Amino acid sequence: MIIAALALLTVGGACFLARAIIGPSLADRVVAIDALVVTIVAAIFVNSIRIDSTKFADVGVVVAFIGFVGTTAGARFIERRGG
Amino acid sequence: MGEIATGLLALAGSLLVVLAGIGILRFEDVYARMHAATKASTLGIALIGAAGVLALDDDRAKIFLAVTFIFITAPSAAHLVGRSAYHAEGIEIDLEGQDDLGAMLDERTTSPEGDAQGA
Repeated sequence: MIIAALALLTVGGACFLARAIIGPSLADRVVAIDALVVTIVAAIFVNSIRIDSTKFADVGVVVAFIGFVGTTAGARFIERRGG
Repeated sequence: MGEIATGLLALAGSLLVVLAGIGILRFEDVYARMHAATKASTLGIALIGAAGVLALDDDRAKIFLAVTFIFITAPSAAHLVGRSAYHAEGIEIDLEGQDDLGAMLDERTTSPEGDAQGA
């Protein structure tokens, strides 16, 4: 079941990545990359369950933080650039 | 028993993330995509974090910290992106009643000192 969860997360991440590539607007890309970061954190935790170790839990916390900072910077950039 | 619960929670969370992905591919405009992506994936990562807390023995606090952080930041990040998208992309929405954000942004772009502090 853990493997199936990882496969589903891969499918979801591929959807977000496709939206980040095809756009069409900058806001679409920022939203898609924000969701992609959340998917990566989810995959890190599911993989921690699979290998039964919390070595990578720190990585999840840091990636979540970086994702928020990146989304905020993207939003400010859209507002300043105007398109 | 615990293993089955863990697997089911992780599977449900991943399913929500896939639903968010389908939503972000199929919806029409930025706001609808944002609605699908932020809400569904936030609940998805909450379920996956619950599975992790059930399954793992130590360092549960880190998983809890990451999930709480995403819970706090995902709505505010979506709010920021929605606000700047309304400002920048010029997407047409039909509102009943008054458009407060539009009026505020118009006022800021037309007044001279608004540009100095703005953006």
